[in-house]
Amino acid sequence: MNPQNSSRIALVLKLVVLAGLIAFPAFGSSFYTEMVAKILILGIFAMSLDLLVGFTGLVSLGHAAYFGIAAYTVALLTPKYDPADLWLALPASVLAAAAAAFVIGLFVLRTKGIYFIMVTLAFAQMVYFIFHDTALGGGSDGIYVNFKPDASIAGWVPFDLNEPIQLYYFVVVALVAVFVFLTLVLRSPFGRVLVGIRSNEHRMQSLGYATFHYKLAAFTLAGGLAGVAGFLYAVLFGFVTPEYLSWHQSGNVLMMVILGGMGNLAGAVIGAFAFIGLQEMFSDWTKHWQLLMGGVIVAAVLFMPGGLSALPRRIMKKVNGERENG
Amino acid sequence: MAEMTTADLTVVAGASAAVPGEAMMVADKLTRRFGGLAANQDVCLTLERGKLHALLGPNGAGKSTCINMLSGDLPPSEGRILLGGKDITRLSAAQRSRIGIGRSYQRTNIFPGFTVLENCRLAAQSRNPRPWKIFTDALGLSDTVDRARAAIVEAGLAGREGRIAGTMSHGEQRQLEIAMVLATDARVLLLDEPLAGMGSEESAQMVELLKGLKKNRAILLVEHDMDAVFAVADTITVMVNGVVLESGPPEQIRNSADVQTAYLGEGHV
Repeated sequence: MNPQNSSRIALVLKLVVLAGLIAFPAFGSSFYTEMVAKILILGIFAMSLDLLVGFTGLVSLGHAAYFGIAAYTVALLTPKYDPADLWLALPASVLAAAAAAFVIGLFVLRTKGIYFIMVTLAFAQMVYFIFHDTALGGGSDGIYVNFKPDASIAGWVPFDLNEPIQLYYFVVVALVAVFVFLTLVLRSPFGRVLVGIRSNEHRMQSLGYATFHYKLAAFTLAGGLAGVAGFLYAVLFGFVTPEYLSWHQSGNVLMMVILGGMGNLAGAVIGAFAFIGLQEMFSDWTKHWQLLMGGVIVAAVLFMPGGLSALPRRIMKKVNGERENG
Repeated sequence: MAEMTTADLTVVAGASAAVPGEAMMVADKLTRRFGGLAANQDVCLTLERGKLHALLGPNGAGKSTCINMLSGDLPPSEGRILLGGKDITRLSAAQRSRIGIGRSYQRTNIFPGFTVLENCRLAAQSRNPRPWKIFTDALGLSDTVDRARAAIVEAGLAGREGRIAGTMSHGEQRQLEIAMVLATDARVLLLDEPLAGMGSEESAQMVELLKGLKKNRAILLVEHDMDAVFAVADTITVMVNGVVLESGPPEQIRNSADVQTAYLGEGHV
């Protein structure tokens, strides 16, 4: 199969999945519609992390910080008895997350490898304790978003996020927008440099690239997109707790990226589906579901290089290989 | 202040016209210490346009330290580096690349998972990076792609644009290394053992390539292969124990008693 054909098949598959997502509320119960919305939001979150881990080679273990900062921003911007303006709250949340990523990036990007993993974790924990131990966002209890943001523009109401179905479609649109945006970024000169940095940063420097600036831009961008996810998550569930920015959350999203296959945007979304699906399944069986999840992750890393998104290609290869040998 | 050296006098400040023999890069009394050890002591070199300057010396002579200082990978402890008369001693490797100094590495240093074209395209893109054009397909920026293709042809890799770099032969990867430097439009080439690990046929090809490259550029060649060095070099500098033992045209080096005892050995006359 030539690459052109396989990319055409991949495009068709994506459109089929998108059609399924659009049709889903007509068939699924409201419980499952909300769950799928949650998974899609985590898919956005995972794609934003994949920009760092899979494409730039920066393994961040503190990505929940930006998710959580955006979630807290919308919670704090929402008045007690009124909804916030969507067209202000959404950009403000995303900008807050991106600004935090920019500042933290200035420090953490001076380190490499294991040290990078540790300092991203350390900064995320600092943010966690700011919200956990101060009254700013309701401390360890968290804070409610009493009203979902108001989408009206000068009296005209294009959609209403209080309607679960409309909120669901808002999430689908956000997922598609982030996916298309990142796809374009990755084929641009900027995106090509990021992939070059992952492959051989030293060589990129000797070719004249100021790699620190590129990494900082990627880190900021990834933080902002994690903010999109954090904003939607807070709006979907109507409350925000410090758990949103805990290291568990950072670890979970990293596992989604690994499960789906690093360096593959669609894979990140598949990873979110797989992770939440397994979580639901395992937690039905036992309260020690994390033990089972750990086993799955270990097995995935050992036996499934490239993650779920690489499975079809690997299977095709095996089938073709056997045909050639036989 | 460091005293003036003859190297300074050869520099025409700000000269940009393509004059053959014009000094492009000058190393002025470069010294690099690692603790108490002076890996390089007062090393002076001049790279001229249209000339290939070879740096010879036994292992541990300080050749790598020297090229690392010139490329910006290693800061010198003392001394200055000039490009076109301007002091560039404090510029980083990336900054030096942007002003026209290109470097290839002793151990092949490419993007093994990328195609030959993408390796060179990234190199060419560094001349006009346009990172803010995030909605533009990088492959659609024809100035960059054309420059990459031209470098591939000049380095003798025509027809191999689509090959994955890591799957090519060692010799081809060394050629790619050169092609990437060419794609950056470097005027000064610092080539660290481009012949390392090559067979005789591949070496002969590379020597031909080097002869062609020096026409418009200044080249520093660090190399172990004596036959190749004497075949292409216009000037040879021999280093021993971190200092310049002798510098001059190939004939002078070949007949130098000092060089023969220190380096070439008795069998090589």
